[in-house]
Amino acid sequence: MNNVLVYCEIEEQKVADVSVELLSKGRKLADELKCKLEAVLIGENLDVFDKMVKPYGADIIYKAEDKRLYPYTTLPHTAIFENILEKSQPQIVLVGATSIGRDLAPRIASTLKCGLTADCTDLVIGDYTDAKSKTEYKNLLYQIRPAFGGNIVATIVNPETKPQMATVREGVMKREIVADDYNSEIISIDVKNILDKVNFAVKIIERHIEPRKVNLTGAQIIVCGGFGIGSKDGFAQLKDFAKTIGAEIGASRAAVDAGFAGHERQVGQTGVTVRPKLYIAVGISGAIQHTAGMEESSQIISINNDPEAPINQIADIAITGDWNSVIPKMAKYYREQSK
Amino acid sequence: MAFKIIVLAKQVPDTRNVGNDAMKADGTVNRSALPAIFNPDDLNALEQALQIKEKNPGSEIIILTMGPPRAADIIRESLYRNADKGYLITDRRFAGADTLATSYVISKAIEKIGKYDIILSGRQAIDGDTAQVGPQTAEKLNIPQITYAEEITSITKDKITVKRRLERGVEEVECTLPVLLTVHGSAKACRPKNAKLFMKYKHAKTPTELQTLDDDYLGQEIKNKAFLNIEEISLDDLDCDLVKIGLAGSPTKVKTIQNVVHTAKDSMKLEDNDDDIKSLMGELINNHTLG
Repeated sequence: MNNVLVYCEIEEQKVADVSVELLSKGRKLADELKCKLEAVLIGENLDVFDKMVKPYGADIIYKAEDKRLYPYTTLPHTAIFENILEKSQPQIVLVGATSIGRDLAPRIASTLKCGLTADCTDLVIGDYTDAKSKTEYKNLLYQIRPAFGGNIVATIVNPETKPQMATVREGVMKREIVADDYNSEIISIDVKNILDKVNFAVKIIERHIEPRKVNLTGAQIIVCGGFGIGSKDGFAQLKDFAKTIGAEIGASRAAVDAGFAGHERQVGQTGVTVRPKLYIAVGISGAIQHTAGMEESSQIISINNDPEAPINQIADIAITGDWNSVIPKMAKYYREQSK
Repeated sequence: MAFKIIVLAKQVPDTRNVGNDAMKADGTVNRSALPAIFNPDDLNALEQALQIKEKNPGSEIIILTMGPPRAADIIRESLYRNADKGYLITDRRFAGADTLATSYVISKAIEKIGKYDIILSGRQAIDGDTAQVGPQTAEKLNIPQITYAEEITSITKDKITVKRRLERGVEEVECTLPVLLTVHGSAKACRPKNAKLFMKYKHAKTPTELQTLDDDYLGQEIKNKAFLNIEEISLDDLDCDLVKIGLAGSPTKVKTIQNVVHTAKDSMKLEDNDDDIKSLMGELINNHTLG
């Protein structure tokens, strides 16, 4: 049986958010294809991770344990992952579009000579007819992604090669628990034989991973500033407002590039994808590469000088005015009425 | 110790500055409206190469690019910054390649160029943002890779030490040579063109460009100076399996392409006055959007 398989990344003693989101997406794809969902865990002391994977509906969990497998390094992980893929023969492989996933997935796709699509924003099952040969393919994975700086959306298929591989960024798919006590079969991989043949060329000398300070994907309310904020000081003002209303603060790529805010706050195609309850876009014109990362917010308020700004096309409420004047009013009337 | 360094660079449309004229009325990309530029991350990679060369006299930097004939600009831009030599892989038969077919051809070209110590490339190109060609080239050459590199902290004849920039931190790794590095955009920016080198190399041309040169005298002058000749590599120069190149060698197929069009929502328009903002905030509190 050709199943759907998800590579689960481990960071700071937990399964990465993006991997859990992919398990949820993988579960849906497996249901539609009437096949199983498989999860792969590679690292050390893996027992604690089972319970983080099972609830998302993994039918099979492949585990490869060795102290040489944590932290991640390219060649040992690719060797183990290749071995698992050979055993599993999945039809679909999903990997997080992280610094690990984007290191591992292309190397594996090159070995297996299969197609890989980076940074997909949607994955759908569908049929495909080759324009030239007229060959029909059933139940392929449509790998949907923005291209060309977000100005177009391309649907990619890999009709001839298996597995069909895709990477997806954090925050794009929704996590959904299937059952807390979901019954998963555990398959342990004999890593020693594989690792004996591996070139441990890369050695990690030092590692400084900071705990996550900004949690944009989990925020219910986001106040996002654009280039129109004009300065770091402007962002500090915006931060005060965000704090007042209990929001997290984000920034557009233009604002990050201009140095007004850090990379970890960037919302958009090259930053994080968010879907909060309320998104307040301040001084953001609304380039497609930005809107691609926030258009699914439940409610969007835009504040812009220019009534014709593209962001207003997707906004539920468009306030025309200078943010310097609008934001203090919003803070004032929030304080007055929330008491 | 002198190192032989190959830098992979790509000419890309400048997708960061897309204006309203970027899309044609039929929804296709208007490439002519976008300037062709040196892929930003690849310039960071070139700077790392230049620093190795400065600290290790006798090192050689070879630029390798793949694309249409006009991509020779990338090689000239690199020569102006003190690269030593460049090759342009160009052949219509390579067109339509995805990352797998591209990395196959690049690896074949690298094998033809010969022995090397380090291959450097940008982490990703801004036209596709895939970050796949680097790792896939390393796999084809059967050498280790270090992605997301921010700084080469030391290099000796058998060992390179590299600082990597990850999502939430840094990692310092060491590796044996040869190795392929993909360089992150946060790495040191590339130095500007050097005026002397610009004067030296401004007439550097590929054979294709020489054919269309009107000035016979200049053409002869260029041919007489080896350093002004940019080599082209075509399919005929490489030992390629034809089923692995171009569109045929690409497992990913584009099923459809859609222009992104936002259908305007029926949005509520408010003005910057006390009444409007007061009632907005009141409503957001009343419907529990704001706590």
